Amino acid sequence: MTEVLRVEHLAKSFDAIVALRDVTMHLDRGEVLGLIGDNGAGKSTLIKILCGFHRPDSGRILLEGEEASFRSVSHARSLGIDTVYQDLALVDELSVYHNMFLNRELIRWPVLRNRAMRRMAKQHLDDMGVNIPDVRVKVARLSGGQRQAIAVARSIYSAPKILLLDEPLAAMGAKEGALILDLIRDLKARGDVSIVIIAHNYAQVLDVCDRVNLLQHGAITFDRPTAETSLDELTDLVVAEYRNSRIPKQIPTA
Amino acid sequence: MITTSPPVALPRRFVRRGADWFLRIREASIILVTIGLVIYFQASTPVFLTEGNLITISHYVAPVAIIAAGQVLLLVSGEIDLSVGHVYALAPYLMHFAIDYYGVPVLPAIAIAIAVGACIGLVNGLITVVLRVPSFVTTLGMLFLISGITLMTSHAYPTPIPEKARSVASWLGAAPWAEITWALIIVAVFQILLSGTRWGLHTVAVGGNQHGASEAGVRVNRVKIGNFMIVSSLGALTGILESFYVNSIEPLAGGANIMFAAVAAAVIGGTALAGGSGTIVGALFGAIVLGVLKDGFNLIGINADRFDLILGIAILAAMVLNVYLARLRTGGRT
Repeated sequence: MTEVLRVEHLAKSFDAIVALRDVTMHLDRGEVLGLIGDNGAGKSTLIKILCGFHRPDSGRILLEGEEASFRSVSHARSLGIDTVYQDLALVDELSVYHNMFLNRELIRWPVLRNRAMRRMAKQHLDDMGVNIPDVRVKVARLSGGQRQAIAVARSIYSAPKILLLDEPLAAMGAKEGALILDLIRDLKARGDVSIVIIAHNYAQVLDVCDRVNLLQHGAITFDRPTAETSLDELTDLVVAEYRNSRIPKQIPTA
Repeated sequence: MITTSPPVALPRRFVRRGADWFLRIREASIILVTIGLVIYFQASTPVFLTEGNLITISHYVAPVAIIAAGQVLLLVSGEIDLSVGHVYALAPYLMHFAIDYYGVPVLPAIAIAIAVGACIGLVNGLITVVLRVPSFVTTLGMLFLISGITLMTSHAYPTPIPEKARSVASWLGAAPWAEITWALIIVAVFQILLSGTRWGLHTVAVGGNQHGASEAGVRVNRVKIGNFMIVSSLGALTGILESFYVNSIEPLAGGANIMFAAVAAAVIGGTALAGGSGTIVGALFGAIVLGVLKDGFNLIGINADRFDLILGIAILAAMVLNVYLARLRTGGRT
C-alpha cells in the first residue's frame, strides 16, 4: 500500500501544557485509521495540526512522500485534506447550504451564486442519502444527527484525499450513529479517500477501521491492524493507564 | 362545499398565511411601528407629511442610518465601535486642514479624511483582534483619544467650510435631499454586502460561531478588522456630509450621541448585539423611527426632556418585541 500521509516526531505545546510530545504515525491510501486515547491525550491537537489549524512546534509532515507545511485550513484543504471537527464548525445562524459552502462559496463577482449552491447542496446531500427537506433552513433547527451529517457531507464535498473525523459519533443516537458509520463505509468502499477517525466507542472503531493507533500522553504507544486486536485488548490498554497512574482513580464504567 | 365550510375560513387562512409571510421578514415589526407612528403624527398635526417637514426628518435620519449601516456589520461580526461619533467630528477638520493649510484639492482632501477614518478603524481592529482587548474597551479609549485630537487641533473652535469646497457642497449634503440620498444608496449597497456577498456571509459566520468559522478556514481577524474600517470610514463620511449641511465644522458635532443613536437604530431594527444576525434595512427603519419620534414630538410640542424617556421605552419595547417575534419565527413552523 502507498503511504498518503506520514508525520514524524510531531510536537506541540500550548504555553506550559505539552499537548503532543513526539508523534510518529502514517496513513495508507484507502485506509481507515482509528485514533483512540483518553481525554487530554492530544487527539484533537493532532487532528488540528493535520488540517492546518495549528502549526506544529517541531517535526515534519509528509504528504504523498513530500514534505508539507500547512499555512492555513484553506491551504490544507487545497492540498486535499478535509476535516469534520468535534464541534462540527457549523454556524447556527446560516442556512444548510451556506454552511456547506462556507469558505468555498460559489461567486459571480461580487455576489453569491445562491441558487447554484442550493441546487448543488441538495444534490450532494441526496447522493449521500442524507434527508434534509429544505437546504434553506437554518442549521439551528436541525437535529444532532442531521447536523453531523451536514458536517460530514461538507467535508467530502470537494473529494478530499484525506478525511479527518474528530469524534463523529459523539453524542449520536444509535440510529444517527449508524447513518454516520454507513457514510464512512461508503467512502471506504470508494477506495480513493484515506480516513483518520477519532472515537471513544471501541466497538465502532473495530467495526469500521482497518488499523488502530493509541495516543497516550502525546505519543503513539500502540499501532496494530484491527484484525489483530480485540475490544478487550483496547479497553485494557486504556484502563491500564488509570491503574498505573500515581493518583488512584475510580475506573469509570463505560 | 360552500355550505359545509364556514364562510370566514378562506379569508382567515389567507390572512394567516399573509401574516406568516410578513412575520418572517425580519424588518416586519419595525416597519409596522414606523407606519403606526407616521399615521399617529399625521393625525395629530397636519404639517407632518409636508415636504419641508420630511426634509427635516430626513436630516435626523440620514447620518444615523449611514453610521448604523457600518455599525450593523460590525455588530453582526460580534464587535462594537463606540468611537465612530468622534471620527465623525474629526473628519471635517481633517478635510479643512488638508484644503486650507496644505493646499490639497477638495476631493482628494475628502478622500484623505475618509482614509484616516479607515485607519482609525484599522487601529481599533488590530487592538481588538491582535491584542485581544474587548472592542467595547478598545473603542471607548479611542473615543477619548480622537476627541482629544479634535479639540487640540481645532482649539475647540468651530470653523467655516473651506471656500474651495463650496463647489461640491450641494451634492455633498447642502442640497435638501442630498444627505438622505447618500444614506439610501449606502444602506442599499451595504445590505447587499451583508446578505448577498461572501464578505457578508463570513461576517455572519464570525459573529454566529467564531471558533467554528475559523475552523472552516474563515479569516476571522480580517473580517472583523475590515468591519471596523467600514464603520469608521462611514463615520468620517457622515461627519463631512453633515458639516456641509450645517455649513460649519463643529468640534463637538456627533460624538457619543450619534454613535448611540446608530446603535439604537441597529438594535431597534433587529440586529443582535451578541452578533450573528442583523439587517441594515432594519437599522434604516430604526433610524426613521428615531427621527420620526424626535420630529413628531417637536411638532406636537412635547418637552424635549421627555424624548429620552420615550426613546428608552421604545428601545426596550423593540427588544422585547424582537425576542418575541424571533420565538414566533422559529416556533416550529417552517
